[in-house]
Amino acid sequence: MEQIWATVISQEKLASDVYSMWLKVGAMAGEAKPGQFISLYSADKAHLLPRPISICEAEGEKGTLRIVYRVVGYGTDEFSHMGAGDRVKVTGPLGNGYTLKDKEAILVAGGIGIPPMLELAKRLDVKKTIVLGYRDERFLDKEFEAYGKVILATEDGSAGTKGNVLDAIREQQVKGDIIYACGPTPMLRALKAYAMEEGLEAQISLEEKMACGIGACLACVCRSTETDGHSLVHNKRICKDGPVFDAREVTL
Amino acid sequence: MKDTKVTIAGVEFKNPVMTASGTFGSGAEYSEFVDLNRLGGVVTKGVANVPWPGNPTPRIVETASGMLNAIGLQNPGIDMFVKRDIPFLKQFDTKIIVNVCGHSQEEYLEVVERLAEEPVDMLEINISCPNVKEGGIAFGQDPKAVEAITRAVKDKARQPVIMKLSPNVTDITEMARAAEAGGADALSLINTLTGMKIDIYRQSFALANKTGGMSGPAVKPVAVRMVYQTAQAVSIPIIGMGGISTAEDAIEFILAGATAVSVGTANFFNPYATVEIVEGIEKYMEQMNVEHISELVGKVK
Repeated sequence: MEQIWATVISQEKLASDVYSMWLKVGAMAGEAKPGQFISLYSADKAHLLPRPISICEAEGEKGTLRIVYRVVGYGTDEFSHMGAGDRVKVTGPLGNGYTLKDKEAILVAGGIGIPPMLELAKRLDVKKTIVLGYRDERFLDKEFEAYGKVILATEDGSAGTKGNVLDAIREQQVKGDIIYACGPTPMLRALKAYAMEEGLEAQISLEEKMACGIGACLACVCRSTETDGHSLVHNKRICKDGPVFDAREVTL
Repeated sequence: MKDTKVTIAGVEFKNPVMTASGTFGSGAEYSEFVDLNRLGGVVTKGVANVPWPGNPTPRIVETASGMLNAIGLQNPGIDMFVKRDIPFLKQFDTKIIVNVCGHSQEEYLEVVERLAEEPVDMLEINISCPNVKEGGIAFGQDPKAVEAITRAVKDKARQPVIMKLSPNVTDITEMARAAEAGGADALSLINTLTGMKIDIYRQSFALANKTGGMSGPAVKPVAVRMVYQTAQAVSIPIIGMGGISTAEDAIEFILAGATAVSVGTANFFNPYATVEIVEGIEKYMEQMNVEHISELVGKVK
């Protein structure tokens, strides 16, 4: 974990408002695990808080990281205008990441929750099905095909099952012993309920506004089922104890 | 080598740079970025008599050159703090200042008494948190209440007492004089400024708590002014804070009358800020030919 100046290697637009950026980060890339994130900082000092963005791919030997992110505000808009050679301040890798299990896997992700699944799909050396949900425009879906069977769900019905990821899982009778998931809270809530019904283990990745990103400021807490180890209440720190939790650990 | 040592209420700090309560936990997380031995002191996150869960999320939001927070003083309570956090900090050659919070005078005193036999150097009494409904700022906006709580704490405390003042008052010097009259050994200021941000697309408050405490570089001129005013009004030492991100910022506070400074929000965007400020102050002293840092305290009148 360190804060460095990273250099942009390349950037491309994948869909409306969705960008893919490769960064030269050095040693940080070798440490990175799927499900971890990095904090990026705006060059404009008026915008001082970090933008936490999940790691999409990590190439330790080359010292490079890939992020795929959606432009949602000032910071991400600034990053989307960067090009090769530009520098950006980055802290990472942050958070815990997924715990890879030797079990048949179902990777489920929706929207901008999809990117961290790519590195996970690469590293999970088990039989796996990858379920990706989109509103309409798709991105990264083709890149997953090298790592497992890909099932799509789109809200507008333009590809795969019309509906959400859970509709696709049911329609396609997707089977597995563990769910790895990242996406919007309603999706995670539904997946947690599904995993409980089916008796499956589920690891889900959460998000919240962050200030420090390293577990000190207690801004990004989520409700935990058991007393947390840090403050002895029911608040796990998403940046430090997460962002990946066993679904049973947290109340959504 | 220039002399950066400062003394506050008999406690000697190797340099005037501390952490601002609530931004640095008890140092464990930031110790992966900075050597805590380099800091004058670590001021801990507020600790209460029992664990506090804090406020619902979202607890923070960015504002222009600043941020609002409404964490609500989530903390593990004094038992866990004594067992885990104090031993952690004792590994380092830095002073330990424990920030104490409570909903009532009894709760503050319970924590102060529990710390009596603990190896901590000073207590900072948080009578200025804008994000909790009872206690906190309720004790910090009325001079009579400030004097009373200061006196009650001083009566029980075995360590020197710093009263942390709120800027959300008409005249901060009135609160400063009241704390001094109650026997405070030092003052720290400013805590955060109460603010609000509205999300115009959701048409709701950006923070679950509606209001939050504003901090960051945007508040610095207000903080410098209040430190200056307070330094003219009292004779006890002042620990200045509010938007300090660089050594230049820290020196402004010292020239305005602060004996020491605390670095808060800057840690969030630069985890190395504290040590960089220590080094920057030394460099400034070389450059400006200052032998002892005390020569700078309150130099601008």
